[in-house]
Amino acid sequence: MSNETAAAPAPGAEQLPHGIGSSLPSAEIRAKTEGTFPYAADLWAEGLLWAAVLRSPHAHARIVSIDITHAQDMPGVRTVVTYEDVPGEPQHGRKTADRPLFASEVVRHHGEAIAAVAADHPDTARMAAAAIIVEYELLDPVTDPEQSFEAAPLHPDGNLIRHIPLRHGDPEAAGEVVVEGLYRIGRQDPAPIGAEAGLAVPRPDGGVELYIASTDPHGDRDMAAACYGLAPERVKVVVTGVPGASADREDASFHLPLGLLALKTGCPVKLTATREESFLGHAHRHPTLLRYRHHADADGQLVKVEAQILLDAGAYADTSGDALAAAVSFACGPYVVPHAFIEGWAVRTNNPPSGHVRGEGALQVCAAYEAQMDKLAKKLGVDPAELRLRNAMATGDILPTGQTVTCPAPVAELLAAVRDFPLPELPKDTPQEDWLLPGGPEGAGEPAAVRRGVGYGLGMVQLLGAEGADEVSTATVKVHDGIATVICAAVETGQGFTTLARQIVQETLGIDDVRVAPVDTDQPPAGPSCHGRHTWVSGGAVERAAKMVRTQLLQPLAHKFGMSTELLQIADGKITSYDGVLSTTVEEAMDGKELWATAQCRPHPTEPLDADGQGDAFVGMAFCAVRAVVDVDIEIGSVRVVELAVAQDVGRILNPTQLRVRIEAGVTQGVGAALTENLRTPRGLVRHPDLTGYALPTALDAPDIRIVKLVEERDVVAPFGAKAASAVPVVTSPAAIASAVRAATGRPVNRLPIRPQAAVGSELA
Amino acid sequence: MTLPATLDEAVAALAAAPAAAPVAPAAVPVAGGTDLMSSVNAGLLRPAALVGLGRINEIRGWQYQDGHGLLGAGLTHARMGRPDFAALIPALAAAARAAGPPQIRNAGTLGGNIASAAPTGDSLPVLAALEAVLIIAGPGGARREIPVSHLLAGMEMLAPGELIGYVRVPLLHAPQVFLKATGRTGPGRATASVALVLDPARRGVRCAVGAIAPMPLRPLEAEQWVAGLIDWDGERGLVPEALTAFGEYVAAACVPDHPPAEDGTAQPLPPAVLHLRRTVAALARRALGRALS
Repeated sequence: MSNETAAAPAPGAEQLPHGIGSSLPSAEIRAKTEGTFPYAADLWAEGLLWAAVLRSPHAHARIVSIDITHAQDMPGVRTVVTYEDVPGEPQHGRKTADRPLFASEVVRHHGEAIAAVAADHPDTARMAAAAIIVEYELLDPVTDPEQSFEAAPLHPDGNLIRHIPLRHGDPEAAGEVVVEGLYRIGRQDPAPIGAEAGLAVPRPDGGVELYIASTDPHGDRDMAAACYGLAPERVKVVVTGVPGASADREDASFHLPLGLLALKTGCPVKLTATREESFLGHAHRHPTLLRYRHHADADGQLVKVEAQILLDAGAYADTSGDALAAAVSFACGPYVVPHAFIEGWAVRTNNPPSGHVRGEGALQVCAAYEAQMDKLAKKLGVDPAELRLRNAMATGDILPTGQTVTCPAPVAELLAAVRDFPLPELPKDTPQEDWLLPGGPEGAGEPAAVRRGVGYGLGMVQLLGAEGADEVSTATVKVHDGIATVICAAVETGQGFTTLARQIVQETLGIDDVRVAPVDTDQPPAGPSCHGRHTWVSGGAVERAAKMVRTQLLQPLAHKFGMSTELLQIADGKITSYDGVLSTTVEEAMDGKELWATAQCRPHPTEPLDADGQGDAFVGMAFCAVRAVVDVDIEIGSVRVVELAVAQDVGRILNPTQLRVRIEAGVTQGVGAALTENLRTPRGLVRHPDLTGYALPTALDAPDIRIVKLVEERDVVAPFGAKAASAVPVVTSPAAIASAVRAATGRPVNRLPIRPQAAVGSELA
Repeated sequence: MTLPATLDEAVAALAAAPAAAPVAPAAVPVAGGTDLMSSVNAGLLRPAALVGLGRINEIRGWQYQDGHGLLGAGLTHARMGRPDFAALIPALAAAARAAGPPQIRNAGTLGGNIASAAPTGDSLPVLAALEAVLIIAGPGGARREIPVSHLLAGMEMLAPGELIGYVRVPLLHAPQVFLKATGRTGPGRATASVALVLDPARRGVRCAVGAIAPMPLRPLEAEQWVAGLIDWDGERGLVPEALTAFGEYVAAACVPDHPPAEDGTAQPLPPAVLHLRRTVAALARRALGRALS
């Protein structure tokens, strides 16, 4: 503990962390650990009915008939709804309205909603859903995205969702050294530990309120209102406690039917999804096929990158176009590449839907371009870290999209930091009882068969929505009775926005007691929780509103003292003038008044990628370097990630503890993507939709995570100069782990997650 | 839900429950519930009544009986994993420790593992290698014995109203090994597992491979071959080549080649199956090496 912190607290008073840069703990910690935090699954209303959704057991089939009479006649069943009962738009979607609320003629993926039931008991509802007789005519599912181009259209909109042919530089350019590779990335599921749940309550005015753990309340409201044929203001989305989200949190295939059932029955209707329904319903990470060719000169300077990127979007478009834009734009990674020819497609298949999952697009290409860098290093006989350093991007370099990187891009500094960090001890240098070999404490690990590997990954992600998306957020700050309240529709998904908002207000107004109001759609929109947007725009809006309140507070004082408000400081609830002569308390200055201010934050505009994939599409970027150390049992192919050393470009540290937690969580999600997380869907049917079959990393799987450097170079256009931190470690760590397994085994490792047979030593395979 | 205090009361409770449907069992016994309750929660099983076995003290411990251990079916994995148990039947203790996260090991029982008969049940290859015998309690105090392999292979079944009371395993006083490959570092289901026990009195090596077939597989020829190589009265160690050959012998027996096509050409195994064979070979080789070292 430093002398400063020891000296600061007033006698007898415990000085709690407050303001920007402190490790203010989350206000929800206590409620969550005590079990009183109101998750959506805990909601209750008098006289509520229970819903169940009938989902397609087939990946692709024509619906011949739907017979709901048996279900409707079951005792306890209140209503059954199908596509015929949708009063408004029959189709919805986040970007393109191409997804039916209920399948009417065709089902396009396993788990697509066909009908929904409201009944007086959850079991009755499920039994009634099972009693709906649907006659199917089975169709051949298109499950290989490569076949989607040739296949008959799966949807009236066609099979090609987006195509970006990025052309940058001279197509004739060629390098002396060429490496090629084909890479496959699996289907990671966001696997939220709290499965989807919600409650819909009809309103006397004919509208409906949806109590759901939405991460994009206004987007979900607009989608629901269109489907119900209601004006948006008659539908209200109230955000209930979000049990963690690393993707779009709520699944439209259950909360849209929920509201419909409430409207039809006039009763509150609740649904809690089972783990299986959760796996079937929500969007997954895009499975991706990537073909790469890197050209470099004899010194290892990259000359040209050619790539083809094929994203499996599943049955509906969702945000696949955005994921493709990210994949194509970041296809070369944080490296200087003068000539790039990247062609990307997002195509429709009968696989489960893909959509927004942290770092979408960027994660897949990172695994591929880093594999290419390893290949290139091997071919040139150069140290992999050295080769990366020679090509590292810096501020002022140009992306393949033609956009100049104007934000801080300390890529070389990050890589050098992880490279120079001391390596962990080898097991042979530690006591035998401390060994944790691949395969786990009771596994079959054999020290003689274990090889250690070290690998590197450099990753980048976009910050905020891209290609002209209006990334605006609005926030209100109210001060009354010594308590400041933030009203902002930015959803706390676990990313720490509410803590950050409290810190911003504490810093600006000097009031420690800051509360953040619950979110609903009566508040002005703040946009979806993704791409770190709330740290940037909602944080910025809160800061502006707080500053406006500050001016209102100080103006009368400044007038009285005959000085400008800039010469007054607020700290620890006291207002003092710059010379310390004048002093009063905030409470006194408030004089019982109530102060309100509302402000918006809107970053500089971006433009869509043009026909050649060129354009200033991104507001900002964040970078990360990871060094992975793995132990591989080269006979069995089991991998244990020993340590991940992370260096990240964070702009400015706003809350050290929270930042560390976000990086550790992101890295661990990356470990899952690298080793175990892959939702298998043979013939389009989801296999093992449970947490036994879908292996999330446990504490034993998670490595030692060393955050070796956080580079604080402020991004001048971002509020506080801070960059969002959650996504980029997810993107980078799988590539680093694959690189380390490559080093340990000598095998190419061109598929994620890494299968045991791919991690068997090259002399054995 | 009834909670009988003795095995015979439990059998009586099973018999007494009125049949809800002509086919469905009237009452279902539940011990740790780690398999059963997930089926109930998923709506796959709606038993009319449950007979809880958790209060039957006589099956929650073990005792010695003529050079054998008589293990109660209600022994939890956590209990079997402790050092005192490990000193008696090391392979079963190792399997119990590997059988999942602590929450599962605290609840899941030996008898439940046998009754569920999941291919990935970790205790099953150990019991198969030990040639354990199940003591089944029936109505009216009746007791009968079934070799565990007969039950797992479906050669003999439990009759309605019968319960697994005890598992009798020989105490071999020799090294035993259980090894498991899971594909991850944290607790997970086995992709392949090998149990290997030495029986110096009978000069035998017994080995069983789990998780790759619906029941544990015994490579009998490989066992006999390797038992003949071992110098039982002197240093038991074998040269590395013999260990490797044993591993490959076991793997070839348990993961056989496809029969050749009609024109005589060999049918290659898919890469995933080849990897499984390689894994079994490595596990069997390591297991024998550790048992003999």
